[in-house]
Amino acid sequence: MDTKALAIKPSERMAVRASQELKDREVVFVGIGLPNLACNLARATHAPQLFMIYESGTIGTVPARLPVSIGDPTLVTDSLAIVSQADIFQGYLQGGLIEVGFLGGAQVDRYGNINTTTIGDYANPKVRLPGSGGACEIATHSQRVLIMMRLSPKTFVEKVDFVTSPGQRMESKRPSPALGKTRKDFGLPGGGPVKAITDLCVLEMLDGEFTVTEIYAGVTREQIQAACGWKLRFASELRDVLEPTPHAIELLRNKIDPDCMYL
Amino acid sequence: MSDGTRKPKLNPDKRVSMREAIAECVKPGADLYIEGFTHLICFAAGHEIIRQGIGNLTASRLTPDLVYDQLIEAGLVKKLVFSWAGNPGVGSLHALRRRSQSDSATKLELEEYSHYGMVARLLAGAANLPFYPLRNFKGTHIPEVNSRIQSVTCPYTGEVLATVPPLHPDVAIMHCQRADREGNAQVWGLMGTQKEAAFSAKKVILVAEEIVDTSIIRADPNRTLVPGIVVDFVVHEPWGCHPSYAQGYYDRDNAFYVKWEEISRDPKTYQDYLSEFVHGVKDRQEYLKKMDQGILHKLKARPRKCEGVDYGY
Repeated sequence: MDTKALAIKPSERMAVRASQELKDREVVFVGIGLPNLACNLARATHAPQLFMIYESGTIGTVPARLPVSIGDPTLVTDSLAIVSQADIFQGYLQGGLIEVGFLGGAQVDRYGNINTTTIGDYANPKVRLPGSGGACEIATHSQRVLIMMRLSPKTFVEKVDFVTSPGQRMESKRPSPALGKTRKDFGLPGGGPVKAITDLCVLEMLDGEFTVTEIYAGVTREQIQAACGWKLRFASELRDVLEPTPHAIELLRNKIDPDCMYL
Repeated sequence: MSDGTRKPKLNPDKRVSMREAIAECVKPGADLYIEGFTHLICFAAGHEIIRQGIGNLTASRLTPDLVYDQLIEAGLVKKLVFSWAGNPGVGSLHALRRRSQSDSATKLELEEYSHYGMVARLLAGAANLPFYPLRNFKGTHIPEVNSRIQSVTCPYTGEVLATVPPLHPDVAIMHCQRADREGNAQVWGLMGTQKEAAFSAKKVILVAEEIVDTSIIRADPNRTLVPGIVVDFVVHEPWGCHPSYAQGYYDRDNAFYVKWEEISRDPKTYQDYLSEFVHGVKDRQEYLKKMDQGILHKLKARPRKCEGVDYGY
């Protein structure tokens, strides 16, 4: 494929920008879709020893093809270890070994609370979404969480309809009504969401709230604000997101996701 | 199970047909648990339950996947206990979605956890404990919609931890690569919650790609995930997981999972599928004959053997 001929897609920008967040030898809990592309791009470029763990129980994973599901057999072959799901959630996540977790969802708020459960009332939802899966524990235990979602007023909302995965500040009645509002108050062990990589900009958690810190070339502040459901804070010094290199785009299109499953 | 004892199952030959195993173990109104996290999901068992029309089920699984969605579309599920309901990597479970939104006339009862919450329920069940503590759910709305998630104060540190009750399915169905006639099951690749489910269930149906002599099992005891003493019935069912997979035997039929989005979106094409591939065949062998043989050939695993280890002393 002639990679120069096609304009760079929003999904490609997101995968490339997210890959830059990963350091070599970091332990990352990889999700299917764009996070998987970002992690495998990092592994193919600046982070060859990226330590990838998938929820299905594969440790030190080196997929030879694009996994279409979280339990694809290509994740098993040549990995360092295969463990039960009890081990994944107890030993690896709750045990505090995960340095980076990836999350996305149908709704996110300025504190990084994520909804993947229902749109509308829980008992009579407008849209029934898949639910937590491992997202709640990834958000609870990962040392830092990266969110990958397209920016839109429907997804970046003032208030999420349901908190499936905890962000930096939450309200909750149960299990204990006396619990406070910040992660520390709740006793959440991990660091929670630190960045949201979107198709228009990068948001960073500054003073406990998602703040625009980087903008893609050609995108305006007005466009970004129009695509967000709350009044956004912009950092005083905004940085440009560098255009992906031709090498990164070539890897994504020809090696990592050649059939455009997620691009 | 309430008195803390359990009758070990030592019958040396537990082999029966899938039809007999399902008829014997899955009764109307049963709590069902079909195991398999992407890997080793026994569709052959799900299809047999649909053929026998065993209804009013409480169906528990982390990921309902297509196998439970088909039971739901067939009208056999009363309640779903789960943690992630989607078509993995592809999209929605449409029978479930149609029966869980506000405009649904035949609404399904849902009880949801996170994956860790479900795993913890099985750990409590397998260990015969009244609950399992986990550092989870704080700051989320999940406990607000599921009153079975409670909390406990740690007697040593004072920390408040979430708790979940044990899961004790009436029947767990698990698929493995190989087993002997007694049901000593060897599994490699993803292990999901096979062991915890087998130990927490009242009855276990073990389905195997291959039945081997006990000497093969004894030659590599570390690979035995579930021992025969918790297994009630053994079913030999090659390709019993398609469109899921069995590592070393056949690949996941990803193209089918993608195509399923289209088949299941429309109730008419969904029912047509069940008529043709479930009701329209008498067993797994007939299902396989109906399939495009080219696809089966393509899915067949290419060998990737590992060298054994030395158990000598």
